[in-house]
Amino acid sequence: MAKITFITSDNETIVAEADSGSVMELAVANSVSGIDGDCGGVCSCATCHVHVDPDHVSKTGEASEIEADMLELADNYNERSRLCCQIEVSDKLDGVVLHVAN
Amino acid sequence: MSTSTNDQTCVIIGASHAGVNFAFALRKEGWEGDIIIYDVDPVLPYHRPPLSKAYLTSDDGIEKNLLKSAESYEKESITLKLGSWVESIDREAKKVSLKDGEKQHYDKLVIATGARPIIPPIEGLADAQNVYPLRTAADVTNIRQAINEGAQKAVIIGAGYIGLEIAASMKKLGADVTVIEREDRVLARVTSPEMSSFFETLHADNGVKIEVGKTVNKIKAGDSGNLVITNDDKEYKADVIVVGVGIKVNTELAKEAGIEIDNGIKVDSSARTSDPHIYAIGDCTYHHNPHYNRYVRLESVQNAVDQAKIAAASICGKEVKYDAIPWFWSDQFDVKLQMVGLAEGYDEILIREENTEGYKFSTWYFKGDELLAVDAVNNAKAYVVGTKFIKDQKVIDKTKLVDSSIDFKPANLLAE
Ligand SMILES: Cc1cc2nc3c(=O)[nH]c(=O)nc-3n(C[C@H](O)[C@H](O)[C@H](O)COP(=O)(O)OP(=O)(O)OC[C@H]3O[C@@H](n4cnc5c(N)ncnc54)[C@H](O)[C@@H]3O)c2cc1C
Ligand code: FES
Repeated sequence: MAKITFITSDNETIVAEADSGSVMELAVANSVSGIDGDCGGVCSCATCHVHVDPDHVSKTGEASEIEADMLELADNYNERSRLCCQIEVSDKLDGVVLHVAN
Repeated sequence: MSTSTNDQTCVIIGASHAGVNFAFALRKEGWEGDIIIYDVDPVLPYHRPPLSKAYLTSDDGIEKNLLKSAESYEKESITLKLGSWVESIDREAKKVSLKDGEKQHYDKLVIATGARPIIPPIEGLADAQNVYPLRTAADVTNIRQAINEGAQKAVIIGAGYIGLEIAASMKKLGADVTVIEREDRVLARVTSPEMSSFFETLHADNGVKIEVGKTVNKIKAGDSGNLVITNDDKEYKADVIVVGVGIKVNTELAKEAGIEIDNGIKVDSSARTSDPHIYAIGDCTYHHNPHYNRYVRLESVQNAVDQAKIAAASICGKEVKYDAIPWFWSDQFDVKLQMVGLAEGYDEILIREENTEGYKFSTWYFKGDELLAVDAVNNAKAYVVGTKFIKDQKVIDKTKLVDSSIDFKPANLLAE
């Protein structure tokens, strides 16, 4: 079971728990504003953009090539940007803090 | 907010990509009154694109594929009335009537009725076994069930994106798949001959049989499955038949209410119909695209979501104009296709191949110097760079573009 904290652009904090599925699915299930997931999680829309908290980058790992390419010209891109449909929930993620980019 | 919406009701017909995104956007824009969405589909609103792709080949239930969670609707006080068919709109009384006789008043009405699959009038189709379209979650359940019950041979009628995605997915499920297409190439209505030929090769390499230039004349139902008979008298065995020959927009409600129709429900740049209290969004609309300066009807999530946001802002008193560059995607086998722009009217095609193993290239459509559209195959970089060039209307150096030794960055490709 992993506990994941989302902080939206309006500074709302939502804590959610899961043991499988993608982080995007978890965000949508918990009505996290700013995570739309328009493409259903196939790395095509960039509406699931988050910034991983600087202390937690090791938990989420690196973006794949296609994900990094999608992010490169996205609004509010920074070096800690991820498309959270590409992050699978696992115990490793426990305690991670994600800032919604949009 | 120009006026208070406290005691006003916004009614939405259709709870899919357009209607659901609209409802949430309307709350975000500050609408305080009631929001009621009707949909005849009894299932909590879900993503449609995965139906022919990953969802079809998974064992997932629809709960893994929802547009929004059930709690989200509660949280935003959005009333979902599922399993309800809206029968008519009375514009004078500002009421919609449901099939069960219920009537609901509206102050603002949003038509997001989308489209339905065309079922062609093929002799014997009605009596054939396991014949399904693919537009709803229930259709997927039927197709999965047919496969689980041992259906081996599948015939897909129609080689559009949905038909080809279904073919790839059913192949993955282990079926023996044949696609029959009336035109002389796959994707004839939606892409260039170059891309059609790529997809024909991709499917052939993966063991899907593609028969182009053939029409299905007749289907014979028998004890051991169906026989699909084409105009050249060839017979194809089919335990399951999936019909993917295109869609018909659901404009009847609007039309009967006297709302202007023109290849879809005609809307202005704020998604408003010819009735100022009624908006229309998504697949059912015929709208102007300012970037390409022409009217279009689009079948895409992008358009459904973007029009939803525009309509919500407009209803809440904002001056907004729809001005989006269309984008779309398709996943087949291990190929991810991402498209941006509208290629229609192109006079030149350039293909950039990347120096990697496997398929990775992009097709660039120009009209003179103007970049109209890009089809990117396993190449998200081409997709985002193309998007940027189309949006910014900057001129590309075509020689540099096709030189894959030049790093794929907008700054490197600008014409001098
Ligand atoms: C299998 C498949 C794959 C797809 N793949 C992609 C893709 O990869 N990328 C992409 O961008 N797009 C894709 N699309 C297209 C995309 O799904 C549509 O553009 C999108 O669903 C349009 O949303 P909409 O809300 O406008 O209409 P729809 O999704 O058609 O929804 C309309 C809703 O209105 C309801 N309705 C209609 N009339 C009434 C009535 N009178 N009373 C009550 N309810 C009513 C219907 O039940 C339906 O739920 C795909 C579509 C399908 C079917
Ligand atoms: S949900 Fe579309 S890119 Fe993540």
